[in-house]
Amino acid sequence: MSTTTTPTPKGPLGQPLVRREDRRFITGQGRYTDDIVLPGMTHAAIVRSPHAHARILSIDTTAARQAPGVIAIFTGQDVAADKVGGLPCGWLVKNKDGSNMVEPPHPILVADRARHVGDQVALVVAETRAQARAALSLIAVEYEPLPAVASLAAARAAGAAQVWDQAPGNVCYDWHLGDPTATEQALKAAHQIVEIDVYHNRLIPNAIEPRSAIGQYESGTDSYTLYTSSQNPHLIRLLLGAFVLGLPEHRLRVVAPDVGGGFGSKIFHYAEEALVVWAARKVGRPIKWTAERSESFMSDAHGRDVHMRARLGVDKDGRFLGLHVQSQANLGAYLSTFASSVPTYLSATLMAGCYTTPAIYVEVKSIFTHTVPVDAYRGAGRPEAAYLLERLVDKAANALGMDRLEIRRKNFITQFPYKTPVALEYDSGDYHATLDMALAAVDYAGFPARREASQARGKLRGIGFSTYVEACGIAPSAVAGALGARAGLYESATVRMHPTGSVTVFTGTHSHGQGHETTFAQLVAEQLGVPVDSVEVVHGDTARIPFGMGTYGSRSLAVGGSAIVKATDKIIAKGKKIAAHLLEAAEADIEFKNGAFTVVGTNRQKTIGEVAFTAYVPHNYPIDKVEPGLEESAFYDPKNFTFPAGCHAIEVEIDPETGVVTLENVVAADDVGTIINPLIVDGQMHGGLAQGIGQALFEEAQYDESGQLLTGSYLNYGMPRAADFPFFKVGNHVTACTHNPLGAKGVGEVGAIGVPPAVINAVLDALAPLGVRDISMPATPEKIWRAIQDAKAKAQH
Amino acid sequence: MRDFNFHRPASVAEAVGLLRKHSGGKFLAGGQSLLPVLKLDMADPSDLISLSGIAELRGIRVEGNTLIIGAGMRHAEVAQSPEVQRTIPGLARLADHIGDAQVRNRGTLGGSLAHADPAADYPAAIVALNGTVQTDRRTIAADDFFTGLFETALRPDEVITAVRFPVPTRCAYAKFGSHASKYALVGVMVAKTADGVRVAVTGAGPYAFRAAALETALGQSFSVAAIEALGENLGVRADDLNNTAEASGAYRKHLIAVLAKRAVAACL
Repeated sequence: MSTTTTPTPKGPLGQPLVRREDRRFITGQGRYTDDIVLPGMTHAAIVRSPHAHARILSIDTTAARQAPGVIAIFTGQDVAADKVGGLPCGWLVKNKDGSNMVEPPHPILVADRARHVGDQVALVVAETRAQARAALSLIAVEYEPLPAVASLAAARAAGAAQVWDQAPGNVCYDWHLGDPTATEQALKAAHQIVEIDVYHNRLIPNAIEPRSAIGQYESGTDSYTLYTSSQNPHLIRLLLGAFVLGLPEHRLRVVAPDVGGGFGSKIFHYAEEALVVWAARKVGRPIKWTAERSESFMSDAHGRDVHMRARLGVDKDGRFLGLHVQSQANLGAYLSTFASSVPTYLSATLMAGCYTTPAIYVEVKSIFTHTVPVDAYRGAGRPEAAYLLERLVDKAANALGMDRLEIRRKNFITQFPYKTPVALEYDSGDYHATLDMALAAVDYAGFPARREASQARGKLRGIGFSTYVEACGIAPSAVAGALGARAGLYESATVRMHPTGSVTVFTGTHSHGQGHETTFAQLVAEQLGVPVDSVEVVHGDTARIPFGMGTYGSRSLAVGGSAIVKATDKIIAKGKKIAAHLLEAAEADIEFKNGAFTVVGTNRQKTIGEVAFTAYVPHNYPIDKVEPGLEESAFYDPKNFTFPAGCHAIEVEIDPETGVVTLENVVAADDVGTIINPLIVDGQMHGGLAQGIGQALFEEAQYDESGQLLTGSYLNYGMPRAADFPFFKVGNHVTACTHNPLGAKGVGEVGAIGVPPAVINAVLDALAPLGVRDISMPATPEKIWRAIQDAKAKAQH
Repeated sequence: MRDFNFHRPASVAEAVGLLRKHSGGKFLAGGQSLLPVLKLDMADPSDLISLSGIAELRGIRVEGNTLIIGAGMRHAEVAQSPEVQRTIPGLARLADHIGDAQVRNRGTLGGSLAHADPAADYPAAIVALNGTVQTDRRTIAADDFFTGLFETALRPDEVITAVRFPVPTRCAYAKFGSHASKYALVGVMVAKTADGVRVAVTGAGPYAFRAAALETALGQSFSVAAIEALGENLGVRADDLNNTAEASGAYRKHLIAVLAKRAVAACL
């Protein structure tokens, strides 16, 4: 199981084609926002608050205005005077009592108060980037520092500083899901109750391309263009146009060209995007802003930062009876675009995991703090659910003296569709199969011998598992809307056949590392029977593509790919009419296969290229039945989420002298549905696993008590590196999604979702002989060393 | 980064003259510490005087029982030098594990010592090996060179030209690097020399220091057991050591013993 293997297919579907976009990326030919140079372009830099919480008493820009190259300086007063709107939140979450969450203002430049280190206070526009940056230190901002709360605990303490007056106790909302009465009864009836307390460490996304934006205003046409490093240009156009600047959409074009990674952090609408568009009209020239890396650390939305406590009731045979989860989520100082939905609809809804627990109740309090806003980051809520459950299940097995795999198997859902007590309906899956596959790949049978060998060398070896399920392709729009989503969740595609048979596909999804240009070309080539090289994929420009929702939540293939299939189906349907005319046959007698329209039972046929040519040169054409041209659009709104699942197995060796963890075996056996390109699927797995292991072992954004970011650079924020990993073993067992035409589920996030609990379970398995029962993420060497010392001290008493 | 004037003198004398002329200037060696500082606007020198074009700072040679390395030699050059590998292989290995490949291909011995980062690797080597810093005007013994956090005995206009390392009987360096930065959270160099055992610790304090208790113990018995017998009595207090989110003083103290044992084992 060294790589994903599927029977070698005949057509393009399932071929491990090398990504066509890689050539331009690795030869420096990619075109990112910061590569774009517009005539007359100016450069922006941003004054950011050095305080976590401070009143802004005055801003003196006199000296900076005299500095070389400075064109303009804008402050929060200018923004307010222009009645610029704040950044909106895309999901309204309701409190338990039905009232709305607190939605504080989110100005694009703050006027009176800064609420986190990095909050944007003023914008400098200058002829060059260096001049803009040099002017920053000439702007004298007089701050009155105020008490700050930088952690969940600090924000909830009695007498804590208030981030927003309208949010007493710093609570944004107090939400719940599930049946409290049934859950309490189930817990009362339980043979044993297993409790756990976990903290999901705060992470900084660290896309390789820092965020960048260029705003342009053309007075001749009274129109605006925003180039931005975004995952979803139409969403940005909607939010920026309708909510922030009040610009009509037909006068606002948003382009997200090549984008170097996002992991969720480039979903959201950021202040800088609005600032450069707004200010471009003021100064009459285009304005570019690109984040310094240190700005990325303090202005890209962070991920996770959730504290959870849970009680699981089990019967004496290890069956799960009821689960009660209480969660507190740090949202930071403002509501980022989808912040409110992450700990609630994207996390609490996954609390059944792949188990038949009949009664579940989840309570979520989301909290404001004086920190960078927190929002969706690779996995978005599902890693939190998987981590809580998979740690808890191991703990339950320990408590009952049961095998940790047996307890999982005993509780696995095996009948589909399965309706969970937390609002989802799983359509398909085979959890035993992926677990079996992982056990074989990790050579579980050989583990005891390997453990002994480690022991002989003075090392501790452990193995850990995670059998997770997650939800992708959030949908349907109507259901999400009823739950508070303020956007649709469909996807769009336009397929344009050209007169000589090549194809351009316009997709509403966005690729920022996912390889859509290759995967979608394979998909269309399969559907239309044309060579893969004849298909071009276009994305990321609102002036070219149909209205689409972009890429997040591993939705692109399941939702965007399905829209493409619907559009190609329309092409084929229209092509049949044209072919029937050309072949002088009844439309019902035409079948389409391998790129040709054939009269059933004959060898009379027209290729799709010939049909396309006829459609554009309609001399001999059924003009009374069909219009000329061969271009179709489709919008696809899924009936349900998709539910990728699988088993991740991790084997570690720990040096008890230093606490250093070495990864000996990384195995992922997943069910991501139908696979179009196994090479890309493997790549997505590798990246997701690296990020998930990063969370488990290395990464943590830390603030001190005053709200200063302690991990603001690569000197102290530990990124995972290639040298940290062995070769990954990844493989797939496919059960098709039952409700989309492709059977696809999604692969973008499963690595980051499934693997963190497997890592920690492995670490705890290694440390179990010493009596260590708990360790928090990231499991750093010192943390492990201390746990060993504490356990030793305890053993001596 | 602000504007500055860039100079590339051909001799040490010219470099010193330029710095005296431009009082807001700074010497630039490999730039692996200075450039990040400039990029973060934490320093604002009027002039940068590059030392990389000066031939007299280059070269590695052996004179009798002394290895002499030019201050301008890059870490990768030291690591790959046959002279270094033959005379002091422990020093070659240390150089081979500084930072990452990019840092090793740019950073220099003289630059590292002059910058005196508390977590740099070379300071452990020069102190443990009882090296001598040769400057454009004098020699400074290793024990007198580091004077504080990022502080040395160098005068502002003084240039390190070479470092003289007496060849030890044996030596080895053991390092526990920060996962994030690869700087030493603790690094221990153990050297067995004709004049006794010297042990230097980097990363754990404001600058590289000698661990007297370890030296005494190893002087009596150059063995892993000698360190184990010391237990907690390493002659350093956890409270005096660096204490950061990544590694507390207590953990660093523990690592000093672990790394000293590993260095001794590597010597045997």
